[in-house]
Amino acid sequence: MTTWTVIDEQRVHTVTTTGDTLVVDPALLGWDRKPEGLCRDEVCIPVPAGTPAGGLDAALLARLVGRPLVIDSDEQVAAFAAPAAERATALRSGMAPDFELPDVHGVLHRLSDFRGKKVVLYAYASW
Amino acid sequence: MWQALHEELAPLGLVVLTVAIDRSLDDPRPFVEAAGATHPSLVDTEHRVADLYNMVNVPTVVWIDEEGRIVRPQDVHYVSNEMSSITRFHNRKPLVALRSWVRGETPAYPGDVAADTKVPDDAHQEARAAFAVAWWLSQQGRTEAAERWFAHAGELAPHDFTIRRGSMPIRGIDPAGPAFFQMVGDWASKGNSYYLPRPDTATSADDYEVEPVEEMTMERLRQRIEQDGKGGDTSTVQE
Repeated sequence: MTTWTVIDEQRVHTVTTTGDTLVVDPALLGWDRKPEGLCRDEVCIPVPAGTPAGGLDAALLARLVGRPLVIDSDEQVAAFAAPAAERATALRSGMAPDFELPDVHGVLHRLSDFRGKKVVLYAYASW
Repeated sequence: MWQALHEELAPLGLVVLTVAIDRSLDDPRPFVEAAGATHPSLVDTEHRVADLYNMVNVPTVVWIDEEGRIVRPQDVHYVSNEMSSITRFHNRKPLVALRSWVRGETPAYPGDVAADTKVPDDAHQEARAAFAVAWWLSQQGRTEAAERWFAHAGELAPHDFTIRRGSMPIRGIDPAGPAFFQMVGDWASKGNSYYLPRPDTATSADDYEVEPVEEMTMERLRQRIEQDGKGGDTSTVQE
């Protein structure tokens, strides 16, 4: 048994595998494995014939659902990024992507808490 | 500066929401406390906002209207005019525009916001994945492995300074030290500019007539930071 850390965008998950390679349940990324393939909402992506049932090799899964992926097999950590096309569509829709973050006191705030008001979002850093 | 704008414009319906892209809640706290900030002062230790908004550096401002729409392409916004001759940013025009938009007197942006919005490519998103791995490894104390991924992330997205400069404090590199000036110098030598404002914001001669600023060069800035022994570049700090 090997324990991996799998980061989906900024969410950190723990995944246990039996072999040497990283096998990921597509549900972790929001996809259901059905007889017709990997499905989400109205979309299904065929899975190559002969692929074992259940979880998928991480690289295959990333390729099928179009997610940029980096894997460090020595350190047993991997990260899936959002597809560039998804970010592009969201940004070009004109809607401000929602997010939830803590303030310096640890209290969580969502951008959408402020709907109905104008917002100036100002990103800075101590560096 | 943002606290003052918050006090001035909150009665007109504006919310000032600052987000520190930093390692911990502790990093920005001194700035937030020094400013006496009463607006929400958020902290983004995972670069979530940088990813969602495709930010490549700080300080960056985004204007969002009552319906949650981005009404102006994201832009540079330094709080100080001190470095104007390097940054090409002077806050006179942007603040006139901001106040006017908040009062409903002028539209936020005359152009097509979507068309003028930069979007990432897959290499950039892969860089963000590499950064996530590096940051996680770093938090586990696996410094050498983290360093490889930080370096790789920077190679995949050389224009993303939330990765290249933002990772410096994590990697034990002074973000306002020689490595920073080397990085900016290399970037410029390849014909790139380092984080300039949008053309409609960039300084023009009349800005300087209204409020003269000291002529500054990267070399003078480097010397001044060396003399002052400052660890941080105050021009990028908000409060």
